[in-house]
Parts: sequence; structure tokens; C-alpha cells
Amino acid sequence: MSLLEIKNLHANVAGREILKGIDLSINAGEVHAIMGPNGSGKSTLAQVLSGRDLYQVTAGEVVYDGKDLLAMSPEDRAREGIFMAFQYPVEIPGVSNLYFLKAALNAIRKHQDLPDLDAMDFLALVKERMALMEMDQSLLNRAVNSGFSGGEKKRNEIFQMAVLEPKLAILDETDSGLDIDALKIVAAGVNALRSPERAMIVVTHYQRLLNYIVPDFVHVLAEGRIVKSGGKELALELEESGYVGIEGEAA
Amino acid sequence: MIDRIREEARQRFSDLGFPTTHDEDWRFTSVAPISRTNFEPSGAGSQPAAASQAAPGVRIAKLSEADVEPYLARYASFQNNAFVALNTANFEDGLFIHIAKGAVIEEPIELIIRSSANGHPTVSHPRILIVAEPDSHATIIETYTGNGGAYFTNPVTEIVAGDHAVIDHYKLQTETARAYHVSTTQIQLGRDTNFRSHSLSFGGALVRNDVNAVLAEGCECTLNGLYLTGGEQHIDNHTTIDHAKPHAASHELYKGILEGHSRAVFNGKILVRKDAQKTDAKQTNKNLVLSEDAVIDTKPELQILADDVRCTHGATIGQLDPEAIFYLQSRGIGLADARNLLIFAFARDIVDRIKVVPLRERLERILLEKLHGTRN
Repeated sequence: MSLLEIKNLHANVAGREILKGIDLSINAGEVHAIMGPNGSGKSTLAQVLSGRDLYQVTAGEVVYDGKDLLAMSPEDRAREGIFMAFQYPVEIPGVSNLYFLKAALNAIRKHQDLPDLDAMDFLALVKERMALMEMDQSLLNRAVNSGFSGGEKKRNEIFQMAVLEPKLAILDETDSGLDIDALKIVAAGVNALRSPERAMIVVTHYQRLLNYIVPDFVHVLAEGRIVKSGGKELALELEESGYVGIEGEAA
Repeated sequence: MIDRIREEARQRFSDLGFPTTHDEDWRFTSVAPISRTNFEPSGAGSQPAAASQAAPGVRIAKLSEADVEPYLARYASFQNNAFVALNTANFEDGLFIHIAKGAVIEEPIELIIRSSANGHPTVSHPRILIVAEPDSHATIIETYTGNGGAYFTNPVTEIVAGDHAVIDHYKLQTETARAYHVSTTQIQLGRDTNFRSHSLSFGGALVRNDVNAVLAEGCECTLNGLYLTGGEQHIDNHTTIDHAKPHAASHELYKGILEGHSRAVFNGKILVRKDAQKTDAKQTNKNLVLSEDAVIDTKPELQILADDVRCTHGATIGQLDPEAIFYLQSRGIGLADARNLLIFAFARDIVDRIKVVPLRERLERILLEKLHGTRN
């Protein structure tokens, strides 16, 4: 059985239909790239999967790990192992990164009937994962994303993912706004987290990220539907010919 | 002497009467529930009391047992404030806190003012006089609390800080849900003093706090405030910073969290007199409104008569950011916890400015209880 099974998913935002019937099946261990032009519905798909209430699902179903995903609250999705790296991570003044991560990790552990991690073990874990992302430890005591540069915010997202160890990670345009050095660090962090138990959905507009995070499958989204699927070579093909030809095929 | 002042105050109160919402200073706060109630004096039980023995360098005495004439009622004017007049005419006894010249007092001096309604509405007029001699350092905490039904606490505190004194003053107001509390804190600062006021207001049905500071040359004056209102509560904070002399700085940050049908008022007056060149004054009032039925009235009042000054003010009224709530949820944090985390975060900078650790922890507990109490 696949980890994530999306069937005929339709979703609206403010009365306008953005997703017009998505079918997608993802197994543990796989990395799927979702590409497409602006406005094709890539980010909407990521947001719907993570439970953002701005979007209304009008038809279809999503089965995650044998459960009805769409019936779950955003926090329960996270507790069940879904993690979304935000395209625009939110700044939360007054809440330290460390406190936030501890609250998140312990909420997830509680859901799994595990005791809270004690302070020393937690700090050790956090420091180890921070080194992976080449992040300065001073960021731990700063407010979540507050005053972080664009690159720091994206790294912080992957760092959180490394601490929370999800089963399904959704990376929403994690490459946007990153220079090449930051992109390499982020990609290395993501690659270190690839495992046979973990699936990833990498949403991106550009092929560039996929040079560093090599996907198993590539899907092209246009006007709310997957119009083409293939292996990693599809991304290269898109790089050459652009989205224009693909959209033509769909029509 | 004091008898003459009392008589003047009594006369002044009968001239003034209770303020109405036609008075500009009371526009948003009706004291009708107070003026309509027939309160009986609460007796000696509600007198301010020190929580512990005075440390060396500190003298704590009853007003009636100390020579307070040079100070008492010299600073808190009752000419235009009926409640100060009422207090001055009626206070039974009170506390005199004296900090010796050059004394550095590390332990906070805690004063407890406990009111109680004994089956009928009662009124008390706690009076506190704090005199910090030049070069002294001290922290003073006033805690207002009570029990029983409707009662009215009408305190006046006068603080006189000598040159170069460093004073931290905390006023924690945790009256009962049916209490009325109208307070004036009058602060007179000497040259180059560093004074910080923290007004933390949580209890009471109807609350009005006036904090007035008169600054001398080179003063640094900080006024912090936090108010949390729920249910039908009404909390009004009025502050006045009088930049009477040049080269003084004032920093003011008041934050409010409103729930239920509650109402809060902030009025921040900054007066920069003609001589007060090089004044640096900054005032901020931020409000987090968690319910559609809560109301906040916020009003800066700047009167600037000098020309070489820097004065800024700003007020914000906002709700919890739904993006931030979702971000926390998306990491596994439940909705109620996410909201509380963000409400705490809003109050964080005021909480962090509280240097007395037990008080800071107490404040965190109060916040937690209030947040859970009003929501569930």
C-alpha cells in the first residue's frame, strides 16, 4: 500500500477552482518532484495536504498511511508524520526557536505515546541537526524566523524537518530566493534525510533544485491537473523546452 | 498639618464630585457603579503591610509614626482628581518607606494591600509614601489583592526619588472579579534618576490606574504596562510623563490583551515643557483583541513646547495572526496551545522586563490561569 494516495482531488480558494482532479500515488522512500508554471496549483496542493483552511476541498480523497487525511486537523497531520517546509516561513516574535521546536517535538511524541524528551537529550538532538544545516546555534534563542534572512528561514525549515523526522515531507518552493551556496546546504540537508521510510514531495518552479535533490519521479502540473509524469529526465526536458509545450499537450 | 490637608481634600472632593464621562479624562470610563454604591469603611484590615522585615538601609513605618510632613500629599495633587481628594481626605493610616542615602537594597521590598468585602460593599483608601534618598537603589512591589464580593480600593502612592537614585517599581493588581480599583501613582524624580514602573493589571470589574511622572534633568524613566481583560472587565490606564527639564528620556510600552466583552482604555500623555530641550520620549501602546465584542480605546496625547526634542508615539490594535497559528499547528502544536503560545509571545517583552524572578514566574502563572479561565 502506498504512503499517500491522492484520488481526483479538487480544491477551491475563494470560490475559484485551483485543483481540478489530481491523482497521485507516493510510496515510502520515494522523492516526487512537482513542477509547473506559476498558478498551476503546485503550492495549493502542498497547502491542501498540510491542512490550510484557506482551501476548500470540493471533491476527491486523500488516503495517508491508511487514514483519511482530509478529515484530520493540521496538528494531527503533523503528529501523524506530515511536514511542510513553507514557501514563506512565518515570523513569530516572542517565541524562541528552541521553545517552539520543543513544543512541536513533544506534541508529536505525546501523540505516539512517548514521554517528553528530557532537556539534555533534546538539546543534544537539536545541536546535532543544526550542524547538519550549518546553522549558527545562536539562532536557537532567537524568535522563530524573526529577522532571519531568506536563506536562514529556508534552512530553519529543513532544520525543523530534521528534528521532527516526518514520514512525508512536503517542500514548497524551498529553493525560491536562495543563492547557490544556500541552495546546496538546503539540498544536502534534505538528501541526508532521505530514507526508505520517508517520502518527499518537492514542489518547485525551476529544475535547478533537482540537480541537487534528484527525484525518483517528476510530475508536471498545469491548470490544476497533472499533465505529464516521468522520471528525473523529465525535469531536464522541461528545462530545455519550457512549460509551453507541456501545456499544449494538455489542451 | 495633615488635618488641614485632609480638610482641604474633603472640601475639594465635595466641589469636584465624582467625574462623569463628560470629563475628558474619564470619557471612556464611567465610575457610576462606584458613585452609586454605598460603601462602608473596611477598617484596619485593608491597610498596606510589608511582606517582610526591612533590610538595613530601609525604614518601613506607619505614616502616623513618621515625620512625613515634608512629603505627604505634596506630590499627588487632589485639585483635579476626585479620587486622590477622596483618598487624601479619608486614608486612615498608611506606609512610609524610606531608603537611606546611597543604600543599595538587593531584596525587593514587597507591600501587600489586601481588601475584603465583609458581606457588604466596603471601601479602603490605602496610602503609601516612598522616599528614596539620593544615590539609593531599590525595588518596590505593591501587590493588590482581595476577597469577597464588591469592594472599592482607592490607593494613592507617592514616590520621591532623589538625585541619581535607581528605582524599580512594580504594581501588581489582582483584585477579585467584582472589585473596583482606582489608583494614582505619583512619581517625582530627581536629577539623573533611573526609574522604571511596571503596572500589571489583571483583576477587578472596574479599574482605573493613573501613573504620573515628573522628570528632572537627565532622568531616564520607563513606564511598562500589561493589562489582560476578559468577561465584562473594564481597565483604564492613564499615564502622564512630564518632561519638565532638559536631557531626559522616557520610554513607555503598554500592552493589552482583551477577551470577552471587556473594555480597555489607554491614554498616554507626554508633556514636554519649554525648557525641556533634548527630550527623548517614546510611547507605544499595543493591543491584542481576541474577541469581536472587546473594545479598546487608545489615545496618545502629546503636548510639546520645546523645539529640539525627539518624541514618537504609536498604537496598534491587532488579532492573532492566522498564518502564525497555522504554522504552529503544522508542526504538531494543537490549536488552543498555539493560540496561548502566541498570546504569551505578545506579552513576552513586558514579562521579560520584570527582573524579580518570583514575580515574573507569578505573572506567567496568572497569565496562564487567565487565558484558560476565560476560554473554557
